[in-house]
Amino acid sequence: MELLRFTTAGSVDDGKSTLIGRLLYDSKSIFEDQLEAVKQASVSRGNEEVNLALLTDGLRAEREQGITIDVAYRYFATPKRKFIIADTPGHVQYTRNMVTGASTADLALIIVDARNGVVEQTVRHSCIASLLGIPYIAVCINKMDLVEFDMARFEEIKRQYLAMAENMEIRSQLFFIPISAKNGDNVVQQSSNMPWYEGHTLMHLLETVPIDHKCGDINEPVRLPVQYVIRPISDRFPDYRAYAGRLASGVLRVGDQVVVYPSGMSSTVKAIMQAEQSLEVAYAPQSVSVLLSDDIDISRGDIIVSAQGPRPCVEQTISMTCCWLNPEPMQLGKRYILKTATDERIAIVKNIDYRLDINSMQKEAGVTELAMNDIAHVTLRISSPLPFDSYRQNRTTGSLILIDPASFETICAGMVD
Amino acid sequence: MKLTHLKELESESIYVLREVAAQFERPVILFSGGKDSIVVTYLAYKAFYPAKIPFPLLHIDTGHNFQETMEYRDSLVQKLGARLVVGSVQESIDTGRVKEEKGYNASRNRLQTTTLLDTIEKYKFDACIGGARRDEEKARAKERFFSHRDEFGQWNPKNQRPELWNNFNGKKNIGEHFRVFPISNWTEMDVWQYIYAEHIPLPSLYFTHSRRCVLRDGVWLAAEPCINLRPDEVVVEQRVRCRTIGDITCTGLTVSEANSLEDIIAEIAATRVTERGGRADDKRSETAMEDRKKEGYF
Repeated sequence: MELLRFTTAGSVDDGKSTLIGRLLYDSKSIFEDQLEAVKQASVSRGNEEVNLALLTDGLRAEREQGITIDVAYRYFATPKRKFIIADTPGHVQYTRNMVTGASTADLALIIVDARNGVVEQTVRHSCIASLLGIPYIAVCINKMDLVEFDMARFEEIKRQYLAMAENMEIRSQLFFIPISAKNGDNVVQQSSNMPWYEGHTLMHLLETVPIDHKCGDINEPVRLPVQYVIRPISDRFPDYRAYAGRLASGVLRVGDQVVVYPSGMSSTVKAIMQAEQSLEVAYAPQSVSVLLSDDIDISRGDIIVSAQGPRPCVEQTISMTCCWLNPEPMQLGKRYILKTATDERIAIVKNIDYRLDINSMQKEAGVTELAMNDIAHVTLRISSPLPFDSYRQNRTTGSLILIDPASFETICAGMVD
Repeated sequence: MKLTHLKELESESIYVLREVAAQFERPVILFSGGKDSIVVTYLAYKAFYPAKIPFPLLHIDTGHNFQETMEYRDSLVQKLGARLVVGSVQESIDTGRVKEEKGYNASRNRLQTTTLLDTIEKYKFDACIGGARRDEEKARAKERFFSHRDEFGQWNPKNQRPELWNNFNGKKNIGEHFRVFPISNWTEMDVWQYIYAEHIPLPSLYFTHSRRCVLRDGVWLAAEPCINLRPDEVVVEQRVRCRTIGDITCTGLTVSEANSLEDIIAEIAATRVTERGGRADDKRSETAMEDRKKEGYF
């Protein structure tokens, strides 16, 4: 069975909680004691109906305010797949938490109220999903029951969305599904109210959409960022030295010629280990440890790359799209800690090339500061050359965070050009 | 080539454990003797093989343990050649750090937090690796993999660090620490299927056995000396097993004949109640877990 990670974002009234509730309920993932607790909590809050949002809004502050502040993770399974839902907040001020949930997703579920069509939040959420390289967006046009299951209305919203997507350069593959989360139309069961719709139900789409096609693809370049060097220093394993890491892309075989970045030294794969088990071949996203034929200097942060295929860039200046995540604004020229999955440098922001106004989709030039939740394109200067790929090529070796050197908070998410 | 969901989860957890070893100076595994911390310890064994697990195990001992848990703990530690550190709640009571609860529902569950934080400070542990899962409880559903704790050991759920991709930021100021949850994304079923697939030995408590029990507020508890019986409560012999293992006072027992991992997996697949449904510690209020976590609980 495979694992699909998807993210949902939305505001209070678009029916997101109802939809998630339905997916969980129909896959028998809500237990009696949970439902009972939610019923009691709904009654004590004076809600007239069972408020399914209380299933995911677990924090005291969220329940008090009736909003989602931080990502909640939910799990369900069907006989075909296991699913992880990152249920993220829709409010602008919690964009950073939405970005957290979206960063690992294979699919984004975006809900549109059939009565309202594409609204500002739809645009913002779609833009973030695309920016974070989520391969698929499922646009669920919800509350079709309130527009008489009208095909023309569905087509109209679809056209609206497609025009917006073109304008915003949204790269994710798009699916449109007319649903009624409340009644279950086209969620799990094909709707008899909309015979004109012949596409996937939402569940069928979730069960069949190809997962992270880059991982474990034989044609993708091998990228193994080294996390840790395993050296037992024991009588049984006196000279043992293995480089531990999780394959970010590609397929690695014993006997492969490899090059280590940033040093550029090369060697051959002598063995691939998974605990006691010796493997002939490993593929992303497996965690393995690799032994090489030559005694070369490799440490945490280096990337082991196949000698065949495209090499990573090694540069001291990089351009990236970023989302600023902290109340303290980004300052030009300030020293920040740059962290990739396994490596660290010092970096300064040389230039803010433009800021993206997410409502007007205008690129604003001449900006000298970024505020929380701003999305912008910037140029960084790094203390020493850093090996990387473009984010579009690889979500692991093409991404980085900036860390405040005083508070050590994660303040910026960067996706390299 | 595709990984199965269990192999993908395993790979993710091993990645997280290796990040802990690389980013922290004094990590420790919080070991309760329950299936989740057993799986985390097993994953740590796999992550660093053939080297030993590069951190000790920490057991917070409430003094109200099942005998089977203690035996399992000691034999596992010996088998792994690991170092065991014990924080004693009894000692915290004796030295006046905490006060024992009174009454029939007295439990040392909450007192553990003080013992845990004192032990963390004593040994200067900077990352505590736990077996908590997001599917267990609604406050745990909000946890990051790397969860920051301030100098008072507190969690601030309203202002968590964003955690992007698999890029974990373990940086902290002096006195602060992290809680790390490598099996965040596993469900109860995943844990059982993994135990089954990898043939991981478990304490006998997880399988059916005869035990003297008492029914309290709809939950079966083990009638051990640390449970204060109410006048109207009757002790009966039952065929039971544990679905989760904590300290005796808050571990609800499941009436069950499940005698093998296959039986247990079938039982879990059919159950309509969550595994923490039997945990008295979660029933104290609607946000009991969040409140305890903010104070520094596991």
